[in-house]
Amino acid sequence: MNAEPVKAYQIPEGDSIYPGHLGCPGCGAAIAMKFALKALGTKCVLIIPASCWGIIAGAYPQTSLKVPVLHAAFATSGATASGVRAALDMKGDTETLVVAWAGDGGTFDIGFQALSGAVERNEDILYVCYDNEAYMNTGVQRSSSTPFGTRTTTTPGMGWKRTRKKNIIEVLAAHRIPYAATASIAFPEDMFRKFQKAGNRKGGSRFIHVFSPCPTGWRIPSELSVKVARLAVQTNVFPLYEVEGGIRYTLNTEGHRPVQDYLTIQGRFRHLTGDDMKHIQEMVDEDRDLLAQKTKAETRRP
Amino acid sequence: MRQVMEGSHAVSEAVRLARVQVVSAYPITPQTHIVEALSEFCAEGAMNARFICVESEHSAMAAVIGACTAGVRAFTATSSHGLALMHELLHWASAARLPIVMAEVNRALGPGWNIWMDQTDSLAQRDTGWIQLYCEDGQEVLDTTLQAFRLAENVHLPVMVVLDAFFLSHTHEPVNLPSQDEVDRFLPPFLPRITLDVENPYALNQMSPPNVYMEMRHNIQAAMEQVPGRFDLVDKEFSSIFGRSYGSVETVCCDDANTVLVVSGTAAGTCRHVISQLRLRGEKVGMLKIKMFRPFPADRVRSVLGNVEKVAVVDRNFSFGASGIFAQELRAALCALDQRPQIFGYIAGLGGRDVTTETFEEIYLRTRQSDRPESESIWVGLSSKEREP
Repeated sequence: MNAEPVKAYQIPEGDSIYPGHLGCPGCGAAIAMKFALKALGTKCVLIIPASCWGIIAGAYPQTSLKVPVLHAAFATSGATASGVRAALDMKGDTETLVVAWAGDGGTFDIGFQALSGAVERNEDILYVCYDNEAYMNTGVQRSSSTPFGTRTTTTPGMGWKRTRKKNIIEVLAAHRIPYAATASIAFPEDMFRKFQKAGNRKGGSRFIHVFSPCPTGWRIPSELSVKVARLAVQTNVFPLYEVEGGIRYTLNTEGHRPVQDYLTIQGRFRHLTGDDMKHIQEMVDEDRDLLAQKTKAETRRP
Repeated sequence: MRQVMEGSHAVSEAVRLARVQVVSAYPITPQTHIVEALSEFCAEGAMNARFICVESEHSAMAAVIGACTAGVRAFTATSSHGLALMHELLHWASAARLPIVMAEVNRALGPGWNIWMDQTDSLAQRDTGWIQLYCEDGQEVLDTTLQAFRLAENVHLPVMVVLDAFFLSHTHEPVNLPSQDEVDRFLPPFLPRITLDVENPYALNQMSPPNVYMEMRHNIQAAMEQVPGRFDLVDKEFSSIFGRSYGSVETVCCDDANTVLVVSGTAAGTCRHVISQLRLRGEKVGMLKIKMFRPFPADRVRSVLGNVEKVAVVDRNFSFGASGIFAQELRAALCALDQRPQIFGYIAGLGGRDVTTETFEEIYLRTRQSDRPESESIWVGLSSKEREP
């Protein structure tokens, strides 16, 4: 397969997110929404379950978004979005895009069943997981997205998390959905392109996994959230890639930096020893090799 | 058109006639016949609707919440464990003020596994803000389902149409099936108050701080208080088109009765027969059938039972640590009266055990022969074999 040519994407000026939203300084999830809506336009409705974004979007009677928002119960994003899609279709509106916008807890854990059900039915929706790798809104408790080595308030002290992060993209790919991709707030043009692509690919389930650092929970200064997101890609901790039809892989980036560069600037990993970091490097290398096998020659840069 | 149909299919036919546009459901015995028929209607084009086969009841309710919010008439059906799994979203549907209609087939909760008739599943959801309407026979199931949409859309609250497992869901009876024209005259298209609209964007169900939350809850109660009156109007209009009406409660031979049996669901049919037999023997006995459990029609109940000597409530349910649930409600409704009847709470027919004419005769005789109830709850027909010492 030929690699897609590298293009410069024009990211529009206007925003569908108002200033004065309730995100913390440096919130990766707020940056993710800003770019997502730039790409998706205003002809979309958002389903937001319990999550940081349930707060960032504003309390009654205010909203920080210029598109309709249906706040939903924690476990229900996939199912609620399916119901909204069905109703719009029955009303003859197949144009409006239905977007579920959930955190990692609402996607990897409590909303996992409803998500699996929705994508197995190949619902005509876009499901976005903005991933900050723990339950940040409730005070940094571990989720199944929390990576190996992390201290959270429920994996504290020497009880830091000793199991891997769930690989959600591979789980979605296994459902053979039309489009699944990872994206990062540090690569806005790549993220913009993926949201546009997903928004335009109507007729089936699309999933975007956005890496969204949380300065509060990751114990980093707020001005470093984009830098940390970039390091995650550059160290292959969070590779940027796309999976079409569950089998056609495209790797968008190649990282060459040691994982230590990513780990040592974050307070949540401060306790790790050299051996621990070596072990994490091995896991990252293993994942990189596995992904390389799947992508074969289809590698290109963002 | 009069035809023989199963209680379950009386629900399905009503949902078809109501022009529901989105159905979402997850299978559980004994609800399955309802949704199987609806799937067939959707597949064959008898209904212009989308059927979403979800992976759990929790998702079924979430999907109809999404659909109703997006502005279409939506329906689901469940039973027992399925209803229990939905619990979180029952609160969600009512607080979002969505006029969802759900058929709920009364079935026991496990363990031990039991698929048969028991009311504890629906009654355990009494505080979720849903209107609950209990049905006696197939015709009432069909009619109540149609009325439920009209009522729900009038007061902006969801309605649960409740029918007994097997005794009603799987029993075939002659049912008058209305024409589409008649139903269209009774039930106009659904017009949502507010919906998801990209031209007019709103945020719905968002964070609501203490300065507004309490008022929102008060509004739900204000709507609930409207329900008995609104239901009467709906029932009256239904009667003018279809010639049948039900009332939130129904009385049989209560005017001169010194003893009234209080029942709900299919047991009312058996009780009617017993009342007529006892009347032939000169007994001054009547029956109060409670159709509407939420909101509880306390005023009606007080006016029927205020001057009665003894009331025997037959509960096919139980609130552990308290008593039968209809009995609780009745005691609460009558306690404000200066002069009130002796209330006998009987527990019968749990987990599908038959409630027969003999059961009602025994309950009546025990009530007549006692000056006061021997205990708060009198369990009828218990065998000593399975009881813990």
